[in-house]
Amino acid sequence: MSEHDDSARLSRRSMLKAAAAGAAVWPGLTAFPVWAADHPAIGTWPAGSAGDSVTIGATVPRTGPYALQGEDELKGLQLAIEHVNAGDPLIQAISPKTKKGVLGKTVKLAVADSEAKPNTAVQAQTNFITQDKIVLMFGATSSAVAVALNKLADREKVLYIVGISGSNDTTGKDCARYSFRQCFYGQTAAAAIGPVMLKAYGKGKKAAYLVPDYTYGHTVHQSMKDFLGKNGGWTEATAQVAPLGAPDYSSYLLNVANSGADVLVNINWGHDAVLSIQQAKQFGVLDKMKLVVPYQVPFLAREVGPDIMAGVYAATDYWWTLEDKFPLAKRFNAAFKAKYGYMPEWGANNAYMQVALWAAQVEAAGSFYPPDVIKAYESGATMKSTVGDVHFRGADHQLVRPVVIVQAKAKKDMKDPEDYWNVLDVLPGEPLMQAADAFGCKMGSPT
Amino acid sequence: MLNWANLVSQLFNGLATGALLALIASGLTIIYGTLGVLNLAHGAMFMLGGYAGWVVYQWTGSFALAVLGASAFLVIVGAILELVVIRRFYGRPGEDQILVTFGLGIVIVELVRRAFGSLSLTLPAPAWASGITSLGFMLYPTYRIALIGIVAAALLALYFVLYRTKLGLIVRAGIEDAGMVDILGVDVGKVFMVVFGIGAMAAGFAGAVNAPVVSLTPDGGDAILIETFVVVVIGGVGSFFGAVLGGLIAGEILSLTSMVDPAYSQFALFAAMTLVLVFRPQGLLGAAGRE
Repeated sequence: MSEHDDSARLSRRSMLKAAAAGAAVWPGLTAFPVWAADHPAIGTWPAGSAGDSVTIGATVPRTGPYALQGEDELKGLQLAIEHVNAGDPLIQAISPKTKKGVLGKTVKLAVADSEAKPNTAVQAQTNFITQDKIVLMFGATSSAVAVALNKLADREKVLYIVGISGSNDTTGKDCARYSFRQCFYGQTAAAAIGPVMLKAYGKGKKAAYLVPDYTYGHTVHQSMKDFLGKNGGWTEATAQVAPLGAPDYSSYLLNVANSGADVLVNINWGHDAVLSIQQAKQFGVLDKMKLVVPYQVPFLAREVGPDIMAGVYAATDYWWTLEDKFPLAKRFNAAFKAKYGYMPEWGANNAYMQVALWAAQVEAAGSFYPPDVIKAYESGATMKSTVGDVHFRGADHQLVRPVVIVQAKAKKDMKDPEDYWNVLDVLPGEPLMQAADAFGCKMGSPT
Repeated sequence: MLNWANLVSQLFNGLATGALLALIASGLTIIYGTLGVLNLAHGAMFMLGGYAGWVVYQWTGSFALAVLGASAFLVIVGAILELVVIRRFYGRPGEDQILVTFGLGIVIVELVRRAFGSLSLTLPAPAWASGITSLGFMLYPTYRIALIGIVAAALLALYFVLYRTKLGLIVRAGIEDAGMVDILGVDVGKVFMVVFGIGAMAAGFAGAVNAPVVSLTPDGGDAILIETFVVVVIGGVGSFFGAVLGGLIAGEILSLTSMVDPAYSQFALFAAMTLVLVFRPQGLLGAAGRE
């Protein structure tokens, strides 16, 4: 659709609205020169937002080792879209200008199973872009998918809000002008959990690492090793790199058992984390070593159970008992549990927050024109969230946000069947973060 | 971790891993050898065995009954699938057979996901085999040691059926020349149904006895299926002893490579398969010219 047609249609719509609402609307319209006929078409703009609705394309893993986490993300996303369309007060608390929908347009959702594979996700999003003219992409879990979608976002000039992705590459070496991340760097997780480990286990320890063989695993491994080595004189006893979805960890765990390590740092994710921890218990590894999960895995404690997990430290985006501290978290939890029957994990919270923050930027920009939305993101304006005030860092498109330190509870300490983690600390994000260009982020042009 | 303790540990672990792969692969290889159908739903059968065992365990609290129940259930599932679907594909091109079994696998996985969700389930090891045993050079989960015995017994039972019974004679004859068996007046249709049932049972039994080692998820059979194919190719298509030998080789490759660099253990497995395909395309114990 040409830009001319579109502006004509929009002004026709505006006139219809004006006719309905009365002449008082006209001054308002002149105050918002949002149709900006001087912008050339870019990506799916203006076609994607020309009608009464806009579509978000979501690719989450619904099969494979990350299926559980992907399904949770999807639920958070669906709840957010429902809230945006209804103008729910919770969304309005984060995005104050939201009435109903985004800029008055209903938000629709197109979903595909990414299988946690970059190629599958890129293919699905490409279809959404050409067929549904989506205005926004959502998805990840794994970071390999996030990095691939970053590149797609910049190439197709379609905005992308990252789902679960903790790799340093996502807003580092592979950062993208069109991509924005809410959950923190693996480096930030290391800077947050590292001091807790040094305090609990002392200096000069030996660590064994279980590392999933892709960008997330490798970058978090590097960050943890660097931090513990530099600040605590820790050495690496062994690093066991395993493919995503390994059916058995016995050979890796024998190497760990024979390595003489004091602490097992498990970077595996999703079901891989569950299986490797259960098997570590079977092999007696957890009787000899302390377990740490640097970047908390949604559902891990539910699946593995407090008998094995009790005492384990982790850094996380979100845990539901933060509601004692943050009123917005309480409202989010209540809405989520009412709809889905369980307390949200951090993947769901991340998805919800990402949509809410996106809605806030579009409303602030007053337009779906991507360069304007990017400008709104990059302004670094402070926003409310379920974990307190947050803002995006313009230079790498990373949200500056608190990091939550948790420790798994023993069964006897659980006050509720879902009370798996004890929130030890909520650390401000800014002091934990490295410089925006430390991982080589170089942004492309918005146009 | 290159030291003696670890080498012995990994050799032993390779045996345990390999025994299980051998059992799953034997089911796959009998089906392919007899029916000529490459069953891509075999991984799903393995997974289904685990879930069936879990369900029976919830009812009865008995591990032995769980394994028996899962095996019986998979025989029935296998026989029904053969009767309703697979049978219609014997005369069709290989691609059709691959597509239909691949599709069946997806259907089974998603039905299980619908019924049980993606949250993983655990089946506890029987009380007599729980805990950890010290073998001197290493600590090893007691159940995994028991598993080697359980799997060896199952392989022996399968050997007995294949080599000491009339049914086994027909099956082995069918592997060599199904057409000739038909001409000799054997009801090949019925035999094929039984063979598919036995193949599914081998996978289901393996899934059930492996359940205490892993936590069950609907996708649990996917990675195993790939390794099983490698085992069959290495051992020789249609060869029962090939499946056993291939399983043990694959188990040792996975375990020993991980000592040097775990990132290469999968690579080493496929490299071994490639070598076999280049120098002995029929597999180590396969007969040349067998379809």
